[in-house]
Amino acid sequence: MGSTPAASSQAEGSHGDIKSENPAERTSETATVDAFLAGGRAEAGRAEGAPASLKHAPGPYFGSYGGRWMPESLIAALDELEDTFEKAKVDPEFLAEVAELNKNYSGRPSLLTEAKRFSAHAGGARIFLKREDLNHTGSHKINNVLGQALLAKRMGKTRVIAETGAGQHGVASATAAALLGLECVVYMGAEDCRRQALNVARMQLLGATVVPVTNGSQTLKDAINDALRDWVANVDTTHYLLGTAAGAHPFPALVRFFHEVIGEEARGQILAQTGRLPDAVCACIGGGSNAIGIFHGFLDDPEVKIYGFEAGGDGVETGRHAATITLGRPGVLHGARSYLMQDEDGQTIESHSISAGLDYPGVGPEHSYLSDIGRVSYEPITDAEAMEAFRLLCRTEGIIPAIESSHALAGAIKVGQRLTEGKENPEDVIVVVNLSGRGDKDVETAADWFGMLDEDGNVKGTTLSTRAHKGPAAHSEDAQA
Amino acid sequence: MSTTAPENTPAVASKSAAAIDRAKAAGRAALVAYLPAGYPDVQSTIDAGIAMAQNGADLIEIGIPYSDPVMDGAVIQAATVEALAKGFRVESVFDVVAGITAATDAAVLVMTYWNPVMRMGVDEFSRRLAEAGGAGLITPDLIPDEAAEWFAASDKYGLDRVFLVAPSSTPERVAMTVEASRGFIYAVSIMGVTGARDSVSSAAEAVVAAAHKAGAERVCVGLGVSRPEHVREIAAYADGVIVGTALVAALRDGGVPAVAALTKELATGFAPAVAGGTAATA
Repeated sequence: MGSTPAASSQAEGSHGDIKSENPAERTSETATVDAFLAGGRAEAGRAEGAPASLKHAPGPYFGSYGGRWMPESLIAALDELEDTFEKAKVDPEFLAEVAELNKNYSGRPSLLTEAKRFSAHAGGARIFLKREDLNHTGSHKINNVLGQALLAKRMGKTRVIAETGAGQHGVASATAAALLGLECVVYMGAEDCRRQALNVARMQLLGATVVPVTNGSQTLKDAINDALRDWVANVDTTHYLLGTAAGAHPFPALVRFFHEVIGEEARGQILAQTGRLPDAVCACIGGGSNAIGIFHGFLDDPEVKIYGFEAGGDGVETGRHAATITLGRPGVLHGARSYLMQDEDGQTIESHSISAGLDYPGVGPEHSYLSDIGRVSYEPITDAEAMEAFRLLCRTEGIIPAIESSHALAGAIKVGQRLTEGKENPEDVIVVVNLSGRGDKDVETAADWFGMLDEDGNVKGTTLSTRAHKGPAAHSEDAQA
Repeated sequence: MSTTAPENTPAVASKSAAAIDRAKAAGRAALVAYLPAGYPDVQSTIDAGIAMAQNGADLIEIGIPYSDPVMDGAVIQAATVEALAKGFRVESVFDVVAGITAATDAAVLVMTYWNPVMRMGVDEFSRRLAEAGGAGLITPDLIPDEAAEWFAASDKYGLDRVFLVAPSSTPERVAMTVEASRGFIYAVSIMGVTGARDSVSSAAEAVVAAAHKAGAERVCVGLGVSRPEHVREIAAYADGVIVGTALVAALRDGGVPAVAALTKELATGFAPAVAGGTAATA
């Protein structure tokens, strides 16, 4: 295992694209997957026990990834959660409750929209957007929080805590807590609070307490650290409503379970609209919850190529990125063994991305496994590429996407161009993109990026301020206790 | 996923157990004193470690500064953040261990989150720790369930493996952890992170009792222990008392002399309480 990523730092950057464009290599990757899906390795009885189907992997391990690298104090809570979840997921009453909320509260099924004008920029391939941006609260995150909040109630917990990067998971958690009458505390990096001030206000409006985290990089990983500290101290009353398909078992499998609906719907919808499966499915990857949700619908369809797009930040060669699988190496962080951005001493490296939701130095363990076995290809998308895709979708489809999701759109442009190359009828190529969230929260960042703001942060030619005064310590290296 | 210690582990002479037994022979519990390596610099850690050993500490616990210390409170994290900012490298911990073991009889353990060990390689880390004279590892985020590699390496190099038990641990997990450990069991006194507290949680005694009941010969209590009266209280039912945050704060505020003075003061907790003795300072 583990031959995919360039293990040694950034030295390879000068080669341009990290993942090979070499057709021979791509073919061999595909062949591996075909053999895998055909069950070729199922009989071998290897320790990794590769199953014939990749769907519904229960954990705790995904190949050699996953597990429980956690303080003993929290093991009992993880056991309780696992037990509650295992019972709930086969309990018709629970499943009906989830389905009812998905339908009548979140607004599922979300649409599958063909992006007909955008497709011209993707080599002419037909591009279909899975519209998670249309869900209540504006992203896929609602799927998971409703499920977990219901589990919290089943466990008799009265309080939920959550970490958030962009604020989408925090808003979703605050929403679910309000709906189900739970107390909610959200940990958010101070740097992210500045980047996403609107979402801080949203959470507060929904009755949640937002705690700005000033440790370390003041972003998502530090928010998770503080949430874990809270959980250890309050585990009797508190459920940790983890927002991504990472962390200790059972979280990766549990979070995926509630997002599988994305892939199931998308698969049915694309069959209904085009009469066949897509050639490729694309999603962005931070921790990887929206991606694992949509991938899940297609994992056992070997003819569907699957792509995960990581945040390439300023470019992976600069070292300022969040391309965990592309350049990381296996390690343990926040409870799971997975690819990890770390230095020679095993210290976590701070990630960088224009997108707060992808700005995380780890990744869910199932993605590490899917990368190693070659079922999913993971590639970096730079800030600039993502923002260009953001602009394109606004202008061609009238949809303002989240910057996170714009990484998937930028990836779809590349994939579409690749798959249509030399084809007489590029419209025969079908690509499904998970549009995981809407971009309302990103208006300030985008306006800044596109030079729409004056020095005071006002939209040029107006006195409309998009932001509060920028904190002086945005890039401070000091961490106060 | 349950992995327990191999049944027929070759007998390894435990340095930690020997240090605790020496204290026991003197009619008292053992004092385990913690400081992070490299705070404020590597030589200071060695000097402070020696000072702790000379002033009543039986075991020294040296922490490896780590970027994501989820079990640590504000005081220890501030110290480890500073050490990292000054360029602390993991391999310096072996210099610290060697420096203290060369000058004292104390057993010197390393307390570390698991990723730095994994990154160096569990076997390589263990080899170098043993070579430096270290007694073993305390692993706050490694449970026996995930410790197969560490079982092998600790047996190979004769190192103690100190796992934690918590108030939330089920009897089954306590039994499994006791069986997996060597040296002593680290009983977490409270559901929380490191940090000085006014009183020691009443949960601590129950955790120690559960570990003893499961067959543990040596159980030490940590988290929230900062004063001589805490030491006295815990020594009544445990085999050792672990102090961390209070010593880190002393080092921060008064350097090595303050660490020496606090260690000496903490050790007075082992003396029989005398009327008019140490009036607690708030």
